[in-house]
Amino acid sequence: MIKLVFFASLREELGCGSLELEFKQPLRLSALIKQLEEKNGNHWGKVLASESVKIAINKEIVVNDELLSDGCEVAFLPPVTGG
Amino acid sequence: MGFKVLIQREAIDFSKEHGLLQDSGDSVGAIATFFGTVRDFNETRKVESISIEHYSGMTESELKKILTEAKARWKISAGTIIHRVGRLHVGEGIVFVGIASSHRKDAFQSCDFIMDYLKTNAPLWKKERHDRGEDWVSSKESDQIFARSWEKGSH
Repeated sequence: MIKLVFFASLREELGCGSLELEFKQPLRLSALIKQLEEKNGNHWGKVLASESVKIAINKEIVVNDELLSDGCEVAFLPPVTGG
Repeated sequence: MGFKVLIQREAIDFSKEHGLLQDSGDSVGAIATFFGTVRDFNETRKVESISIEHYSGMTESELKKILTEAKARWKISAGTIIHRVGRLHVGEGIVFVGIASSHRKDAFQSCDFIMDYLKTNAPLWKKERHDRGEDWVSSKESDQIFARSWEKGSH
C-alpha cells in the first residue's frame, strides 16, 4: 500500500486529502503522478506536477524522481506560508 | 532546558517561555525572541482570523533541523520554537522563537535565521478569513530571498 496525502490548497483543488493505492510493483514518482492523472483526470497531473509543489516521501523532501516502495507515504506540499 | 520544538493549538505563554530561557544557565547573557502575531490586514484585505495547517511529524522534524543548523552556526545554549495550528484571531500569537546565548549577536542572528528558514522550509500553511471570503495565503518571493541570503555567507 502507498499512502498519498495532499495539503492545504492542493487538497482543496483536488477535493481529496488522502488516498491509499495498492502496491503492485515498484514505481517512480513520475509514474505515480501519471497514474493519478489517468485515473482522475488531467487536472491532477497539472496540479501535482506544478513546479511550486514539493514532494516528501516518508516526511523527507525529495527532489529526484524517486522509486516508491511498499508502505511509503507520499506527500504533496504547496508553497509553505508559516510564521 | 536545552532545545525544544512544539506544535500546539493552545496559546503561547510568552512569559513562561522567556523565563525558561532566562533560567537555562548562568552563562546566558542574551535572549532574543521573535513573536509573530495575527494582524488585521494582508495586502488590501481586512483579516478577521487565520487557520493554520501542518503536516504532523514532518513539521516538527523540519523545525528541529532548523534549530540544529542554528546550533551549528552560532554559539547558543538554549532555543525554543513554538508554532500554533488551528484557528487564530487578530492579536493572537502565531509563532515564538527564543534563543539564549552568552552574546547578543549570536542570539539576534540565530533568531533571524530560524524565522527565515521556518518561513520557507517548515510545512505550515495559513488560510485567511477576510472581509471578502477565505483564501490560502500566497508565499512571498521576498521570504525566499531572505532565506537564500544566509547561504551566501553575507552575515
